[in-house]
Amino acid sequence: MPKIGLFIPCYIDQFYPQVGLATLRVLRQLGIDIDFPEEQTCCGQPMANSGCADETQPLAEKFLRVFGKYDHVVAPSGSCVSMVRNHYAQWLDGKPGFDHLRSNTFELCEYLVDVAGVTKVDGDFPFKVGLHMSCHGLRELRLGRSSEKMVPAFNKVGQLLAQLKGIELVELNRPDECCGFGGTFAVNEEAVSCLMGRDRIADHLMGGAEVITGFDVSCLMHLEGIIRREKTQLRVMHVAEILETAGLS
Amino acid sequence: MTGHSEKAALFVVDDERVHWHDQSLWFVRLKRDKQAASIPEWEMLRDTAAAIKTHTLSRLADYLEEFERNAVANGIQVYWARDGAEHNAIVHKILLDRGVTRLVKSKSMLTEECHLNPYLEARGIEVTDTDLGERIVQLRHEPPSHIVLPAIHLKKEDIGELFHEKLGTKQGASDAKYLTEAARGHLREKFMATQAGLTGVNFAIAETGGIVVCTNEGNADMGTSLPPIHIACMGVEKILPRAEDLGIFQRLLARSATGQPVTTYSSHFHGPIPGGELHVVIVDNGRSAILAQETFRRSLSCIRCGACMNTCPVFRRSGGYSYGYTVPGPIGSLLGPQRDMRKYGSLPFASSLCGSCTDVCPVKIDLHHELYAFRQVLVRKKVVPLYKRFGMAIISFVLARPWLYRLAGKLMRWIVPRLPRTVVYGPWNAWGIHRELPPMPRESFRELLKREPPPSVPGSVRNLELAGVKKEPL
Amino acid sequence: MNSRDTILASLRRASPPSSPRPEYPAAIAYANPEAQFAETFTFVGGTFVRVTSLIALDAELRKLELYAKARKIVSLVPGAGESTVDLSAMKQPHELEGVDLAILPGEFGVAENGAVWVPGSSLGPRRAIFVIAEHLVLVVPASQIVHTMQHAYDRIRFERPGFGLFISGPSKTADIEQSLVIGAHGARSCTLFLVG
Repeated sequence: MPKIGLFIPCYIDQFYPQVGLATLRVLRQLGIDIDFPEEQTCCGQPMANSGCADETQPLAEKFLRVFGKYDHVVAPSGSCVSMVRNHYAQWLDGKPGFDHLRSNTFELCEYLVDVAGVTKVDGDFPFKVGLHMSCHGLRELRLGRSSEKMVPAFNKVGQLLAQLKGIELVELNRPDECCGFGGTFAVNEEAVSCLMGRDRIADHLMGGAEVITGFDVSCLMHLEGIIRREKTQLRVMHVAEILETAGLS
Repeated sequence: MTGHSEKAALFVVDDERVHWHDQSLWFVRLKRDKQAASIPEWEMLRDTAAAIKTHTLSRLADYLEEFERNAVANGIQVYWARDGAEHNAIVHKILLDRGVTRLVKSKSMLTEECHLNPYLEARGIEVTDTDLGERIVQLRHEPPSHIVLPAIHLKKEDIGELFHEKLGTKQGASDAKYLTEAARGHLREKFMATQAGLTGVNFAIAETGGIVVCTNEGNADMGTSLPPIHIACMGVEKILPRAEDLGIFQRLLARSATGQPVTTYSSHFHGPIPGGELHVVIVDNGRSAILAQETFRRSLSCIRCGACMNTCPVFRRSGGYSYGYTVPGPIGSLLGPQRDMRKYGSLPFASSLCGSCTDVCPVKIDLHHELYAFRQVLVRKKVVPLYKRFGMAIISFVLARPWLYRLAGKLMRWIVPRLPRTVVYGPWNAWGIHRELPPMPRESFRELLKREPPPSVPGSVRNLELAGVKKEPL
Repeated sequence: MNSRDTILASLRRASPPSSPRPEYPAAIAYANPEAQFAETFTFVGGTFVRVTSLIALDAELRKLELYAKARKIVSLVPGAGESTVDLSAMKQPHELEGVDLAILPGEFGVAENGAVWVPGSSLGPRRAIFVIAEHLVLVVPASQIVHTMQHAYDRIRFERPGFGLFISGPSKTADIEQSLVIGAHGARSCTLFLVG
């Protein structure tokens, strides 16, 4: 049986512990041996995103040290996984274990669908749900077809959620527009970032969503920050929190 | 000097207008989607176009020489300009030698880049931009705000007012058809009186020594078939090896640009108009320096369709002028700082790195990854303020040490809820201007984990308290 | 070194590793290219008319309001309408200003985008007729419809020196608030007769 290293990105660890727990519960259901290595902290994306390559290096190296020993690494965050898969090579190319790490680090839904082979989701969630397809999961991990691409439609997250009884995935006018988080962009370009966030929320509300869900807590943190400030009637949940009580097989 | 974010913040202030701008461009993006979807081999076309460009860039000098040879055989006069100044001087000399004092132009981003218009005007030449959008911004003494839709930032009322003042249209008239008709009449006079026409070049073909110019309005054709002199200005990267390559690029260009199956006119010039002259000016102006940079050379594949601007959620909400460079949007955010790192240093940060530009680009320039990579160049060259880097160094130092990370996290989660709101949301908190900070739970995930969390209760989500907007920390 | 040599030298110095020319993808082949062409040509703002012969074309053409109203007509398609002005007598292209209707032959049409290839060399210095006429009629043989631009460029043999262009519908602009206006600088209407 493969051994999973659970990667709970720093801001989830600190601000959204319930998402970490939900992720753990989802994975435990599959009867997989899971380990949470205590020395983990951050993948280094904030530094890399700011162009600070030297400041990213120790974190990339540390990540390899901490997670290199696992068969699979799973995280409830598309953008952190993309960091490992698409950007780590700059610092880790040629280092022992990196190729294995890169090809075996997965976003949660991607892991469920592609690796664990989950085809059935047994549970219910009788709410109208807006699925926010965060950009890095969408366009860098290809968790779904982006609206720009002229290829057959698919959505690894949507296909899991759609099986829940009572759930209604609402239609969005712009199915995959960026919410405006963008890492340090959220503060560097505060005005545009928040406008993008407001527009995204408005689109979900227009579709009738009661809950916004997604696979990237960073985007959800940004959207939730606006929702709470504006006291909008909209609940924000990570996809793991919706799936945690469902039976997966 | 203000960067993109400051100018964007000003653009965002007018909520109604920014949404109007956003929606206008999104409409073009949707038209593009529809056209792209009509071609089953769309993604293969993109792959092919990207590969043709990569191949061409690897033999650019050879193909330019081949083009020159064939163009000269076709009776075209070919010039070479190292930079914008030389380009402007060449164009001016051609005009001066022939006594030309009136010039009409169709769209050319290269001449915008070289600031040709003011150069010629200062030397007594009347320059008239003839693309409707370009004429509008020219009359307003503004640069284009978008490379394909130069006046996309203006409302019809703005244009109505402008035309009333400059072209004598009825006061308060803002009907697009009426205004376009007025411009047609006004520009027809310019076309009839001009002594020379200048165009950009969409594609130059090495194999045949010809150039291709695409427009919808027909202004390039008017400007090159009435006067005897045609000057065409092209960047070195406009070259395609063979005529058959046009089959790929013509299928992509207009669909990506405006969501049309093709532009109304695609004119192929393989020599001057009988009795006239055709001059082609080939311009480097920093392009060979871009070609030398392995990470960023693919930005030279750009065919100036503008699709990355239409799709960019930041461009749509910040407007072309917020970029301050001739070519705005994602591709401009790469080209600008390669020209002047200090002046345009904020542009690679004017992106959420969502990657929509990369997926929409017909020649598959890896735009958002190049923007990401360019940020490192800006830090390395110390264009990014040192205090920002210092901040990142501190965070990195903390994150590299699990004990320090745990301690810092715990402290933060303990202190923040205890501070007065006015302190937490003080002017130093850019996050908090329009957003709440994330919840500060008592325990982190790793702390909770130590307590062996209770097994989940199946079906518990049914009882979710949806009415409350506040998310209770665990 | 002159500018030419300087530029070429710096491009050679910067030259990336060689990369092969790609294979072209197979382009779409429409089941009914003529129907596709008609649909696309209409979509781009043109008027599509199907006629079986040149005689039928002439009859249909004369029924058109724009033909009836036109005072200055240039027809370069023998048997299609009647020229009222003599193109060959014109010394300056500027004399073309005021032509109401031009009837011109197109070599072939492209189904995917409604473009018509119009070789212009034979017109010499009077090629402005394509764009300066108020209204345009293009005449294309029904057997000459290709599927896509890839097929189109396969068959074009450029005249060198020479000039040729694709025309897809009437002149248009959307530069004012994205509202489509037909008749920017060129023809205000474009009617295509597919003959045979």
